[in-house]
Amino acid sequence: MKHETTAELDQQANPQDEQYRPSERQRERERFRRARQRRNRWTASLCTLVSLVAVAATVVASPGWDRLHSRFLDGAEFRKTFPAILDGFWLNVQMFLIAEVLILVLGLLIALVRVTRAPGLQPLRLAATLYVDVFRGVPTLLLVFLVGFGLPALQLQGTPSQPWLLGVIALVLSYTAYVGEVLRAGLNSVHPAQRNAARALGLSESQTLRRVILPQAVRNVLPPLLNDFIALQKDTALVAVLGPLEALRVAQIKANYDFNYTPYLGAAALFIAMTIPLTRYADRLQRRAAQRTWAEAGQ
Amino acid sequence: MNEPLLRISALRKAYGSRLVLRSIDLEVAEHQVVCLIGGSGSGKSTLLRCIDLLDVVDDGTIHLGGTELTDPRLDANLARRRIGIVFQAYNLFPHLNVLDNITLAPRQVHKVPRRQAEESARELLARLGLADKAHDYPERLSGGQQQRAAIARALATDPQVLLFDEITSALDPELVGEVLDVVTDLKERGLTILMATHEMGFARQAADQVCFLQDGVIREQGTAEQVFTDPRHESTRRFLSRVLER
Repeated sequence: MKHETTAELDQQANPQDEQYRPSERQRERERFRRARQRRNRWTASLCTLVSLVAVAATVVASPGWDRLHSRFLDGAEFRKTFPAILDGFWLNVQMFLIAEVLILVLGLLIALVRVTRAPGLQPLRLAATLYVDVFRGVPTLLLVFLVGFGLPALQLQGTPSQPWLLGVIALVLSYTAYVGEVLRAGLNSVHPAQRNAARALGLSESQTLRRVILPQAVRNVLPPLLNDFIALQKDTALVAVLGPLEALRVAQIKANYDFNYTPYLGAAALFIAMTIPLTRYADRLQRRAAQRTWAEAGQ
Repeated sequence: MNEPLLRISALRKAYGSRLVLRSIDLEVAEHQVVCLIGGSGSGKSTLLRCIDLLDVVDDGTIHLGGTELTDPRLDANLARRRIGIVFQAYNLFPHLNVLDNITLAPRQVHKVPRRQAEESARELLARLGLADKAHDYPERLSGGQQQRAAIARALATDPQVLLFDEITSALDPELVGEVLDVVTDLKERGLTILMATHEMGFARQAADQVCFLQDGVIREQGTAEQVFTDPRHESTRRFLSRVLER
């Protein structure tokens, strides 16, 4: 008896579908759906327009509008100060990029230490747990103060003294604790059967981790991971309190000098411009993950 | 003959470029058990999903008791209240115990008071042999028990028609019987059931009608006796010889 799978049998006679024409009922249905879609689009546009007009009217009609306009939305002031702020913003970008790499590496280490069960690593595990408890608990701004002013005060050999570098250290300390926890959640989210399957194939513990568990773990927690990095991008502004000439600090100086708050708005615009692409990317990843879940649940 | 409870005509459904259902015509009379058989990927599940409006059809109509379910003006939620569906993978809610799984829809959708909903749920559970499992969480139950709980959940809203999507396919062979016994019991109580199944023995013994799906159409349809002992189509014969030889 020849063995064939049922799937093969189904493919043998691929449906010839050329003579298919949509029925009158289906065409009517599609007309209705299109009409409904049009109606929905109109409603959406109308509601958006009305709320925008309402917000704009409220703002413009408020008694302080004139003062606000001249203090916060001064075009000339903006043009005058923006180049310097943009210059400062470059330092934010550098801080962010350096911190991000360090955080990923260190966060992964923390996560790995916390999930392994090797008895010899018990002291490390305790240290990692303590680290996460402490640094997730301390407000980031407070940490920036502590590292920025405390570390140089120790007068140890080789400690950096540049404020921006101290700021990066503080951010790394704070965010590594968060990212480590996110990654740990990811590692725990991979089903134990995956580890069993990998070990059953003869892969070592570390090969299993590297080739099977970690790729799935990272995929599972990519959206919250990106979320943390978006937060990090703007938290580079906290370093302003240590005095390096990054975007917020520059804006602060300019604002104080000219008695005009427009420079703050310029800095805000830059931070938004940098976070939006990453936010959209996170959205897209989430949508794709959702589609994957649907595909698995479907049929 | 009376108007059938469920009437499907010229139903068409494609996922992207993959045409799954080409043109399905099927009628299910009240109190009938109709079994859908066919190879994997032949569209049995898709057909059930279309009936429960979990997928939007591409053409054709589905009528349930005189209402056209495929009418885009119809509120899908209202239509779904009249249909019960049980899935291959049980799909019980893991965060709710068995009783809460069953009373969720009666209480939230049909606004049945808690006491009354729980009373009916306990009756159902007793009937399905799960009386002592009311407060257990799904993960504590065997596959057969979970699937029976899922059937109870589908029954709790008193649906006009029950859709069973390969409800025994995920079960160990020794647990299949207990679930099929429940289906037989439901049939004797006069429920209307449309089920996709690979259990040929059960289909032969319990179904009023058997439909063989292939290439997106119902290739053969008839009484269980006729389809299993005297299939008219070569493809039905080949399918049956392949699945029955095991």
